[in-house]
Amino acid sequence: MGQYLAKRVIFSLLVLLIISLTVFTAVRLIPGDVCKIVLNTPDVDEAQCQAIRDDLGLDEPVVTQYLTWMGGVLTGDWGTTIISKRDVWTEIRTRIPLTLELTLLSTTFAILIAIPIGVISAVKQDSPIDYVLRVLSIGWLSIPSFWLGTMLIVFPARWWGYTPPVGYVDIWEDPLKNLEQLYLPAISLGLALSASLARVTRSAMLEVLRQDYIRTARAKGLVERLVILKHALKNSMIPVVTLFGLQVGVLLGGTVVLENIYSLPGLGLLTFSSVTIKDYPQVQGLVLFFATVLVTINLLVDLSYAWFDPRIRYT
Amino acid sequence: MAARAVPTPFAYTELRRRPNRLAALWRIARKKPLGAIACVICLALVFVAIGADFLAPQAADAVDPIKNPRLQAPSLSHPFGTDNLFRDMFSRVLIGSRISLGIGFSAVAIGTLIGTALGLISGYFGGWVDMLVSRLVEVVLGFPPLVLAIFFLSIFLPDRSYGLRSFFLVSLAIGIIIAPTTARIVRGSVLSIRNLQYVEAAECIGNTPVRIMARHVLPNVFAPIIVIASIQIGNAILAEAALSFLSLGINSAAHPSWGGMLQDMRQNWLEAWWTAVIPGTAISIAVLAFNLFGDALRDILDPRLRQSS
Repeated sequence: MGQYLAKRVIFSLLVLLIISLTVFTAVRLIPGDVCKIVLNTPDVDEAQCQAIRDDLGLDEPVVTQYLTWMGGVLTGDWGTTIISKRDVWTEIRTRIPLTLELTLLSTTFAILIAIPIGVISAVKQDSPIDYVLRVLSIGWLSIPSFWLGTMLIVFPARWWGYTPPVGYVDIWEDPLKNLEQLYLPAISLGLALSASLARVTRSAMLEVLRQDYIRTARAKGLVERLVILKHALKNSMIPVVTLFGLQVGVLLGGTVVLENIYSLPGLGLLTFSSVTIKDYPQVQGLVLFFATVLVTINLLVDLSYAWFDPRIRYT
Repeated sequence: MAARAVPTPFAYTELRRRPNRLAALWRIARKKPLGAIACVICLALVFVAIGADFLAPQAADAVDPIKNPRLQAPSLSHPFGTDNLFRDMFSRVLIGSRISLGIGFSAVAIGTLIGTALGLISGYFGGWVDMLVSRLVEVVLGFPPLVLAIFFLSIFLPDRSYGLRSFFLVSLAIGIIIAPTTARIVRGSVLSIRNLQYVEAAECIGNTPVRIMARHVLPNVFAPIIVIASIQIGNAILAEAALSFLSLGINSAAHPSWGGMLQDMRQNWLEAWWTAVIPGTAISIAVLAFNLFGDALRDILDPRLRQSS
């Protein structure tokens, strides 16, 4: 276990190293003069231009630039944004809670819907209810989250004159108002996830329900409810967790769109706005941050397999 | 081919019934009604995208305050209403299918090409090549897909006007996020036939690896490639819509895209519901049709893949 863990952590760090190199190189591949892009005018003051170059350290050798940046990242100095001169890491850090809350809410929502649907669908295999649930889930898999987000703004406003409160409030200030602002984007984001999770839950449950130990559990007279919930469900969670790991990236990408629609000042909106104003130190930091989160979650997903299925040994 | 009829005392009869393509199609359609309907919708969408110029009553950028009053609700003369800039939304949605489907298809083509090449190479050669490609795939999967595409486009596509270059770059951005899945599936399929005798035989008589991959391996992993590509079309359309919603896709009045239309009319969503509903419905229908079609195709062509959706 220890050895496996060490190996996995080293591989993840390697992947992150390559990612940081990719991001760093890509930003330096931007065609054209950086200060013209940043200042957004064709004729710029040369002195101003030189100041920006000095600021970004663009006159130094590329290797030095990378090492300076990486050293800074590791010690908590992620650089400053080009125009507003704010600290990149502070910008990211202050927006983590909102995006974290949004993704957690939508995950909770997705799981709450997906697991029961998947289980019912599997237990009543090939019955009308199974068929309906399957068609429904493939249907809402095709609804773009941002369109659902739009609909959830437009129709309540049209029918009942309801709009979620404007102006973001922190959860510690006013939890109820905060939740009222977040539940619509969370539902929009979670619905597509719930559809794919439900489909996988169903197929995994079907697989497990055919196993011998399920027959044993039934044969010894266990109540069907316990057979399903205790014996079958936990054992069918591995593919579900795998899929979840794969979908976290989609979820994080979705926050960019939904925070944009609902004007929530989280990481997604920060990504969008810094891409729009071409604030590359910020973009660079954000992409690296997202990648770190994703790689870490996937590592945790791999490690969770042993908890779901104790037969799995890491060697 | 059937052997030439040998003269016998009996009249020559073809023992094996000729496969009747149409009947076979009909049989499949009966077995997969949803897939068949989806297939028809997909074909209709492709047809609309190709013939959009002839089908659309007006040009997408025709601003005509007399014919198209501002923000008219859907009616007979404007089936999808009009938008905030005196344009007919029906025409815009029809013409918009071109960008959405066009980029959807070309993104899948690019992604499948890259993914297949990577999967073939890593599955066939194994060893350190496999190791290298697998790490590469992991690196790409380490980015949230949409964030990777946004990042890519913000760097390489500063100018978002309509043109071959933007079309290619947006497709490439989506293709890159599609490729890893294809690469993994192709690699798995290649591994399963890598050590079969016919590959060994081809090696023995001195074929080059490129020839073996092209002539012997690729044709045998074709079914999973087709299946995964058809499943990814829906995702690609969705990704394109999200990118142009974030105004990072192609941005042109004469060549609208569905996601971009949604964004353009954001200020009018509440007063004019159709500006929000109609482009989104178009995206949903297209994605749903391609998803269902891909699903049915998977069941028919490659039942083994059924688990790994």
